[in-house]
Amino acid sequence: MSAALTPATASVRHHGVNWRRWRLLAIGGTLVGIVIVCALFAEVIAPYSPYDLDVAVMLQGPSAMHWLGTDEIGRDVLSRAILAARISVQVALVAVGVGLVGGTIIGIVAAYFGGWIDLALMRLMELLFSFPAILLAVILLASLGTSILNAMLAIGIIFIPGFSRLARVATNDVLRQHYVDAARTVGMGDGRILLREILPNVVTPLLVEAAVAFAYAVLLESALSFLGLGAQPPEPSWGNMLNTGRGFMAQAPWLGIVPGMAMFLCVLGFNLLGDGLRDAFDPHLRE
Amino acid sequence: MAEARPHRRADRPATLAIDRLRIEIAMQRGVARVVDDVTLEVWPGEVVGVIGESGSGKTMTALSVLGLMPRPARIAAGDIHLQGQVITRLPDAERRKLRGDRVAFIPQDALRALNPVLRVDRQVGEPLNIHRGTPWEKAKQRAVELLGAVHLPHPAERAREYPHQFSGGMQQRAMIAMGLALEPELLIADEPTTALDVTVQAQVLKLLREIRDTHGTAILFITHDLGVIAELCDWVYVMYAGAVLEQGPVERLFGQPAHPYTQMLLRATPTVRTVQAELLSIPGQIPQPFDLPAGCRFADRCPQRFDRCAREPPHIQVESEHTARCWLLEGEPVRLPHESGIDAMRPSTRSG
Repeated sequence: MSAALTPATASVRHHGVNWRRWRLLAIGGTLVGIVIVCALFAEVIAPYSPYDLDVAVMLQGPSAMHWLGTDEIGRDVLSRAILAARISVQVALVAVGVGLVGGTIIGIVAAYFGGWIDLALMRLMELLFSFPAILLAVILLASLGTSILNAMLAIGIIFIPGFSRLARVATNDVLRQHYVDAARTVGMGDGRILLREILPNVVTPLLVEAAVAFAYAVLLESALSFLGLGAQPPEPSWGNMLNTGRGFMAQAPWLGIVPGMAMFLCVLGFNLLGDGLRDAFDPHLRE
Repeated sequence: MAEARPHRRADRPATLAIDRLRIEIAMQRGVARVVDDVTLEVWPGEVVGVIGESGSGKTMTALSVLGLMPRPARIAAGDIHLQGQVITRLPDAERRKLRGDRVAFIPQDALRALNPVLRVDRQVGEPLNIHRGTPWEKAKQRAVELLGAVHLPHPAERAREYPHQFSGGMQQRAMIAMGLALEPELLIADEPTTALDVTVQAQVLKLLREIRDTHGTAILFITHDLGVIAELCDWVYVMYAGAVLEQGPVERLFGQPAHPYTQMLLRATPTVRTVQAELLSIPGQIPQPFDLPAGCRFADRCPQRFDRCAREPPHIQVESEHTARCWLLEGEPVRLPHESGIDAMRPSTRSG
């Protein structure tokens, strides 16, 4: 993702890579790349099956056999942490997708049509915004039922207000541009103006926001799984691994530290990537 | 003796006929008449100039033809005819079908009018896709032809570029190509050369003249630049504070300006390029549209004001079809009575 962006955009103004400008993208992209590779090829990378239990080795500390130790029923923690990346990435992808698409449609429609449509949609968004995210997720999961799919949906709904506000502001900006008026003079209708004139001109800030939302989605998924509302055992998730680790803090600290660190690195990666993308697209920082 | 309007024919309607149009905007301070009793015609193959200062209502008149006036503005009276058909009260969907198909619009600032994220060929081909359902591949091929027709160098390669890669003149050419895509009957150009430098301006004017000659397109050209009018137009309307103060063939109006406002405009123009700066030397300001004087709207600034100016003058014939709204004209013994001046503006071919 970042690797593809870097040379193309850099060559516009710089000859040679400006490290200061691209380091965020590089570090964030590397971390995110590791997480994504883990998610895609978990079975290949993981040294053991994440489900196979072996009571002979339960609660063992890190060793040459099990680099990051084993859990209370003898499963390899490294393998489980690697597979958990898949759940995190899946949930984040779907949730951010739901939030991005839903929020973009609502925001653009509100700004473009204005008046009472704008008023109604934005008040609805503020209503959603006024709930603490985790509480809203718990409410939604309580009414939808506990499953990983519903967790994705719930997290996505939490993201809609943020994206919709961003899309609305960006659309208002575009509406002040002359090319929207010019589009009307060649006989474009509302639908075509929304799709061809406005949407392509508002996607950049939304994509940057999506990268940051990714990090937040990973955290929320972990939180929900920690509470038992997300991934269900034996499916590994950093959240439910952390919850297990909580019970063995004294005997086996690695059970908590490993998923915690995995989460930390993943979230850091997405945040840096988001900041890097923002800088890359921000015309004020281009010089 | 003076000849009739050269582009007028009895056997066909005017491309555009605006008939006593009044546009009002309801404001807190009252109703603003931004366009007041404007009658204007554009005949096939004719280039008609509308000249006026900012706030004279020239752009609002153009937007009313497109049906794209800003929201609070409404047509209070009068009609707009396109090829004999009244379009004033057509529903929005019908008005939209006219735009870009039968009536094209060329804006002042081409760069800002082009979508920055779409390649030029897609934008130039857009009207074909909107109005004819032409598939994109064919529309883009046609766009290249159109760009060639407006003398864009290397049209095939340049068509794949983005608007910001074009120079100002090329952007305006692209806008004109887009306007020509469906061979409209009427081209409305709103100060299309104001943002361009002089040499490029001359090229764009030449192109517009060429379009008129090859396609017989009627052109309504809105500007504040007398020099451009002299160079391009056949007929000119001088607008001031929402009304047409004088209208006539370009050579006659320039040769024998009848209205004191036109005279001052011309006198304040020692060379083509200083029109704008020198316009400021006419004392006073254009009256606010919600606060128009009772009589002649130029009276406050007019050096030849006299007691009759308290009443609003009608169009008075200067000669043949050249008319002006000024009471001074009546005193002239060589002038014809003003009634026929008004009649002369109303062609017999006009249908309801």
